[in-house]
Amino acid sequence: MSRDPSVQKQLSSRAFFSALGLALKDAALAALVALGLFSLLIGIRTDQGPTGGLIIYTRFDSLAALVIAVFGGAFLRSLFFGEASIVPFCSRQFASLVPPRLAGWQQSAVAVWIKRIVQFIRQWIGLVVGTALLAFTFAVPVIFYDNRYILDLGILMLTYVMLGWGLNIVVGLAGLLDLGYVAFYAVGAYSYALLAQNFGISFWIGLPLAGILASFWGMLLGFPVLRLRGDYLAIVTLAFGEIIRLILINWRSVTGGPNGILSIPRPSFFGIPFVDSDRGFAATFGLEFSPTHRVVFLFYVILTMALLTNWVTLRLRRLPIGRAWEALREDEIACRSLGINTTNTKLTAFAMGAMFGGFAGAFFATKQGSISPESFNFGESALVLAIVVLGGMGSQLGVAIAAFAMIGGFELFRGFEQYRMLVFGIAMVGIMIWRPRGLVSTRAPTLALAPSKAGPVPTNRIGNERNA
Amino acid sequence: MEYFVQQLINGVTLGSIYGLIAIGYTMVYGIIGMINFAHGDIFMVGAFIALIAFLTLVTIGLTAVPVALFIVLLIAMGLTALYGWTVERLAYRPLRHSFRLAPLISAIGMSIILQNYVQIAQGARVKPLPPLIEGGHVLIDSEAFPVELSNVQIIVVLTTFALMATFSWIVAKTRLGRDMRACEQDLKMASLLGVNIDRTISLTFVIGAALASVAGIMYLLYYGVIDFYIGFVAGVKAFTAAVLGGIGSLPGAMLGGLLIGLIETFWSAYFSIEYKDVAAFSILIVVLIFLPTGILGRPEVEKV
Repeated sequence: MSRDPSVQKQLSSRAFFSALGLALKDAALAALVALGLFSLLIGIRTDQGPTGGLIIYTRFDSLAALVIAVFGGAFLRSLFFGEASIVPFCSRQFASLVPPRLAGWQQSAVAVWIKRIVQFIRQWIGLVVGTALLAFTFAVPVIFYDNRYILDLGILMLTYVMLGWGLNIVVGLAGLLDLGYVAFYAVGAYSYALLAQNFGISFWIGLPLAGILASFWGMLLGFPVLRLRGDYLAIVTLAFGEIIRLILINWRSVTGGPNGILSIPRPSFFGIPFVDSDRGFAATFGLEFSPTHRVVFLFYVILTMALLTNWVTLRLRRLPIGRAWEALREDEIACRSLGINTTNTKLTAFAMGAMFGGFAGAFFATKQGSISPESFNFGESALVLAIVVLGGMGSQLGVAIAAFAMIGGFELFRGFEQYRMLVFGIAMVGIMIWRPRGLVSTRAPTLALAPSKAGPVPTNRIGNERNA
Repeated sequence: MEYFVQQLINGVTLGSIYGLIAIGYTMVYGIIGMINFAHGDIFMVGAFIALIAFLTLVTIGLTAVPVALFIVLLIAMGLTALYGWTVERLAYRPLRHSFRLAPLISAIGMSIILQNYVQIAQGARVKPLPPLIEGGHVLIDSEAFPVELSNVQIIVVLTTFALMATFSWIVAKTRLGRDMRACEQDLKMASLLGVNIDRTISLTFVIGAALASVAGIMYLLYYGVIDFYIGFVAGVKAFTAAVLGGIGSLPGAMLGGLLIGLIETFWSAYFSIEYKDVAAFSILIVVLIFLPTGILGRPEVEKV
């Protein structure tokens, strides 16, 4: 390599232009593919004509816009992150501008302190954010007492936090992909609704019963299928979820068919109903009657239930069974060779997750006052799964934040309702590619071997793929 | 008896469509060991592309049905194959060395993307198409129940078998087929021996998508109505077919498809039409529990 700076400059500028050319080529290819993909589905729109038949009209402007967007995106991506990226050139140019005195700053005392502070923040940020979030959640009904909308939204968010935490036991801790989680939610909701309607059982007795029934269904499904490998299991749970939904739709004499069950009894304050009478909640405590009392009560009920889920999970994680779950997630074959009964271990995770799903379902039924099979479709399962994936599988705080962000995001972008599923599909794919352990947070196994001094053990990945 | 024969014909027609989709599942599973959850939605995209291509051809004045159908077939196969390629390139290839559930979660995301993309681009309402191929042959001219074999059914079954024969030939005799079989046996070894595994995997997705698009056209011709949601149920059923026949096995996928089509048709005909999907999903569960290798599959050995 010549030391002559002018030659070096020439070389780097030539490389720069070749990188630019390569990026242009990549972008042109991507645009061509996009043109092919979108040409018919975006460029031409079919619609119901006046006579009932289909008519078509063109939308070449949207097509062109999309293709140009893909071109631009691919160009920038190739330019900055591609194989022939210009970033190294720029950083080299930049490095020559930095005075040599600063080059060794990484060893300086300031840098060491910065590193320590960052580490400290990393260590405690979870606790701080968690506590702050919890304190704020407790205060929500006080702050927003007059705002029914916020309270309802809060209840919805907390329901999803609870569902996310429940599914987190199955997916995050035990590493079993459950695509039919909503089935247990449905079992819980219908159990409580049917028990309350047919036998007059109150919410506080119906709630544990619903949880037990859901967990029973979890075991019923889990017992035969948990011997299956990871992805087979996912498909079977999906099929199970669909079967439950189809039965709910078609078994009209019991479930009310597509109309569902109406007028499910509302919860009482441990026996004292929220009604405007002498025996009602308001009169008993000497307050003025307000319908908000019940909403606030529901808010604290779901908050308590969610926290219970969290507490149980945190405790379980320290018990042998929790350790076994995490070990199972990391390597099933190793678990088996260590004498862990994998079927029983999976079964407990499954039943535990199903139970919390059932609790959440019973709460949903009593909060809504009416339920129908439409609330329990595959989209709902996918949504809860997306919350768990987004939050970082296994991380409690991550799942809570993801649930807040997702449900809150849906509310914020209400006008773009039709795009929301599209966006969260893209998010699922994107997270798997860039942050597979979760966007919000990461949870490493509670116990792990210290890295070996000889460096990481090379893993034989392709060989493992088939039995992964 | 007449009723039975009629149901048999209907079942074989439906089974051919499932078989075509099932090939995509079974090939991908055989090579990279993942369930391509978005494959059912690729089938749906194929049906939509065919519908739009056909309407466009009619609008520009090409109304001769056989010519139009042939062009539609080519366009749909080409563009759907492009979808298959893109999905693999964007959502699965970067995850080949990721943790074990990552490709499946990514595939679920892709399935959601495709469904909602078509829903946004073409609307949520069902798309009806007037019957293109009419007429048929009365096989048994019975007073009570005449058994009819329609021309559409003949075309569906013949096309399916022609495609399956072609595809079996590709796998058995060509260079590409040999690469595919090598990848199926041992991906790493195949790459050491000079098989371009990226290209082979891509081509597997491309072929699977092209076959799914043909299934989409057949579905469109046979039922005459599609919507953005058809991919989900058809996908699960085709996957059931692949599992029933023995996942990874080509003849198994065809056999499984036929069986699922027959079971579904007879179940609807003799028991209850409302629970026909329950029947298909139950078969999936039962097969996976009691016969996880399927009818024609090989037992899977777990390696460390």
